[in-house]
Amino acid sequence: MPSAEISLTINTQETEEDILGPLQEELSACIQCGTCTASCRNAQLMDFTPRRLWRLVLMGQTEEVFHSKTFALCSACYYCTLRCPRGLPLTDAMNTLKQLGAKKNVAEYRPNARFYGSFLESVRRHGRINEMEFMRRYFILMKNPAIPIKFTPLGIRLLRKGKISIFPDKSKTERPLDQFFQRVEELERQQ
Amino acid sequence: MKYLYYPGCSLEGTAVEYNISTRALFDALGIELVEIKDWTCCGASAAEAQSELLSIALPARNLAIAESMEESIEDILVPCSACYLNLRRAAEETRKDPELLAKVNKVLEPEGLELKGLKRVRHLLDVLSSDIGAIGLAEHINKTMDRYSVAPYYGCQCLRPYVVFDDPEAPTSMEPLILATGARIQDWHMATKCCGASLMNIKPEIAQEMVASILSGASGADAIVTVCPMCQMNLEGYQNQISRSAHKDLHCAILYLPQFLGLAMGIESRDLSLEMNLSNPSAFL
Ligand code: SF4
Ligand code: SF4
Repeated sequence: MPSAEISLTINTQETEEDILGPLQEELSACIQCGTCTASCRNAQLMDFTPRRLWRLVLMGQTEEVFHSKTFALCSACYYCTLRCPRGLPLTDAMNTLKQLGAKKNVAEYRPNARFYGSFLESVRRHGRINEMEFMRRYFILMKNPAIPIKFTPLGIRLLRKGKISIFPDKSKTERPLDQFFQRVEELERQQ
Repeated sequence: MKYLYYPGCSLEGTAVEYNISTRALFDALGIELVEIKDWTCCGASAAEAQSELLSIALPARNLAIAESMEESIEDILVPCSACYLNLRRAAEETRKDPELLAKVNKVLEPEGLELKGLKRVRHLLDVLSSDIGAIGLAEHINKTMDRYSVAPYYGCQCLRPYVVFDDPEAPTSMEPLILATGARIQDWHMATKCCGASLMNIKPEIAQEMVASILSGASGADAIVTVCPMCQMNLEGYQNQISRSAHKDLHCAILYLPQFLGLAMGIESRDLSLEMNLSNPSAFL
């Protein structure tokens, strides 16, 4: 059975410009006013501000766009989308870059892609998220012992409260969605 | 009055007290919640970061099941803001785009499900503030909370991008509900500032700084009240680390809105699962 992680990270055949094409069309009305940047709580942490990132997208600077940390740092607060004077779907555009970053297997974005991939793999298997299993999967993929240690204090408190469990009650969680995911992947391939 | 009910994964795990207190609150209000049967994950913030179609199809599956249930109930009540946004987005996007709807239905068909667009997706705060309101609540209040100053925290996704029941920049919908209990509203400026959301897992140092500024902003309040499991977890799960790095005590009780309202309605703290909170709610026990 192909895992969500693997099937979603296969490199596409598209050329570099094609990959940004739909986004360029969507954002073509940008007037570079900077409202998105001014609205973004995470802008100071980003290497390119949102306004600059949209400029790079429009100029087709694929390398800069995908090696930037900007889209990975978007926490989907929807302030930029709400305030953009041109009404552009900016949070969706950040999501599109996350999707493409995962598909292109961009090194800088790999931890994020693995995190989301592990989550979806757990959903695929059980229908609902099994937090312990999903974190375990993520830790194994990351092969970095420092990561689980960072999560340990919270994890122990959650276990103690019975909010997560090492052996989840199967009757509550088992609604496998493997075929559902397969149908989505098939339809996406046909596009 | 009845609502279809989508608890979502968090409310069965890390936010179990949100589920228990929401059910207890509606029970006390005499409103029935009918759980969507065999619901599955809405995709959280993961599906939208991996696949556009999956991010619509996962929530759409739950909408389609809801449509196959009680015809007379039009509204689906969702307490989790992330689930709410995903379900709402699936409903709105498929309504706007028949091609997308057809595609989604192709995914659903083998399960005997079809999405037609019959139900409305409502956030818990929308239902509490618009359908029940301060007046509807007031007749159930039997314990004054006038000792407390409460900071309402709205987060992001129940307000934006879909502007439905409140001002997305300067929300006030929680205030009449809190005032109805006798409590005061803490004057603060962090009510709509992002908690960091899933950045907490991917970039914890950054997200903890974001939470630190929210907790500092609430200083003097007896509690911050939330309507989202992600906000709740981020605000209360790391208070020790955050206080240590900020070199000041930033501990604060974080309560779900139904827990706070439930206390004012005289529901036992045990039945609101206050003992499950990761922050210290002892001021309210
Ligand atoms: S707010 Fe909109 S128009 Fe202004 S720079 Fe950002 S994307 Fe462009
Ligand atoms: S949605 Fe993302 S990019 Fe836009 S303001 Fe929020 S964090 Fe910044």
